[in-house]
Amino acid sequence: MESNRLIIDLRDISFSYSEEKLVLDHMSFHLHHGDRIGLVGPNGSGKTTLLHIIMGLLRPSSGRVELFGKPANKEKDFRAARRKIGLLFQDADDQLFSPTVLEDVVFGPLNLGKSPEEARDSALKTLARLDLSGFENRITYRLSGGEKRLVSLATVLAMDPEVLLLDEPTNGLDEDTEERITDILKGLNLSCIFISHNLDFLSKTTDRIYAMANGKISLDEALVPHPHIHAHEFGRLPHEHKS
Amino acid sequence: MIEEQFATGESFVHGLDPRIKIFVAILFSVVVAVSSNFLALLPALGVSLFLIALTRLSVRKVSYRLLLVNGLILFLWLLLPFTYKGETLFTIGPLVGTKEGVLYASRITVKCNTILLAMIALLATTPIFTLGHAMSKLCVPDKIIHLFLFTYRYIHVIFQEYHRLINAMRIRGFTPRTNIHTYKSYAYLVGMLLVRSYDRAERIHRAMLCRGFNGKYYTLSRFSVNIGDVLYLSLMLAAILGLVFLQWRATG
Repeated sequence: MESNRLIIDLRDISFSYSEEKLVLDHMSFHLHHGDRIGLVGPNGSGKTTLLHIIMGLLRPSSGRVELFGKPANKEKDFRAARRKIGLLFQDADDQLFSPTVLEDVVFGPLNLGKSPEEARDSALKTLARLDLSGFENRITYRLSGGEKRLVSLATVLAMDPEVLLLDEPTNGLDEDTEERITDILKGLNLSCIFISHNLDFLSKTTDRIYAMANGKISLDEALVPHPHIHAHEFGRLPHEHKS
Repeated sequence: MIEEQFATGESFVHGLDPRIKIFVAILFSVVVAVSSNFLALLPALGVSLFLIALTRLSVRKVSYRLLLVNGLILFLWLLLPFTYKGETLFTIGPLVGTKEGVLYASRITVKCNTILLAMIALLATTPIFTLGHAMSKLCVPDKIIHLFLFTYRYIHVIFQEYHRLINAMRIRGFTPRTNIHTYKSYAYLVGMLLVRSYDRAERIHRAMLCRGFNGKYYTLSRFSVNIGDVLYLSLMLAAILGLVFLQWRATG
């Protein structure tokens, strides 16, 4: 039953930053092996908070977190889980802290206990996979916004995670870079949760889209994305079809 | 922005083991800093110039750096000769310049330039990140090294944040004047920078935790000592001992 294995199991989670408002209100959420889930919702609806709770960066005030079939309560539990779950932050400058690209990409693998040679190897492979060969010695703070995003994705993928959590990966990117990221993500065989306001991006990269509002999550069956392939003139330009 | 313009190069010094460079730089600076006699200080300056020559850096760029520091030393020259007690050397109107004051100022000038040149020759020729790794190999506490590396990495980001804020003020017609409004706005700016830096630090730490950070910093670099390093170290130790001897003979 490998394909149905429950990876992330949140039950009855509540969380708040201040006394007045619950950001997450007795919310439950599951991710099975192989699930590709998109999350949409207005600003402040708790999408990022949800990801941070999964990673153990924030602790819920009530509820239960289970990761890979084990309850996660303490830092130690989350530490083990973080080896298998990769999170991409909204701002690439938060993620890239080493002076050079290579140093940053090997950071994760080295933390996993790989030898410098293995770490370098997997870093170079990951960079090549993302078409970033030759970037090893670039200075991270001199990269363009799009390059920063791609390199931060590389830093996460280099750890070979089972689950990928991305927080607005296409925010502020131009069309070309967005397309590049979309193609990369489509080709990954991972379970994932992507937060985005970009429905077009989510429909290409995920199987299901959940909506978050008022601290709750809902699976709106009407929102299941499904592709149509059809051709007509000017099909490259963005357009809408009226039924 | 911090540009490591001396860090890359092909010279013998660039290829030296950074641990040796740090060690020599510290020892040399301490000896020069506590020396007081010109018989020791002038040869030390000679050693520094020799070290710089070995690096084959552009003379123009190095002089430019020296100029910046000597600009500050100029102020000492304006003050020290007239405020130090001692034998009269010259007078300008009501001001009396003393011999001791002039000597004191020249001593500081020589010391500063000597140490600065040595630092450029030894530390500036090493990339900051390599310095950090070398420090960890020299058993400097991890926390200090993290502080050092992170300061270097994020000064740029904080600088950009500062510019964003300043621009946001400017496009709404802010011009600094000597009034409460200006002081208040600047105080907000600094406060906002602090808060934002703190938030960013928090986010970076979280991002690191997500990638399995457990307080220990692993590195790719491996250092190895070769015959050139040993030669350089022995030569420098001999030179430093020579300086100590000169200073000791001059005062003792």
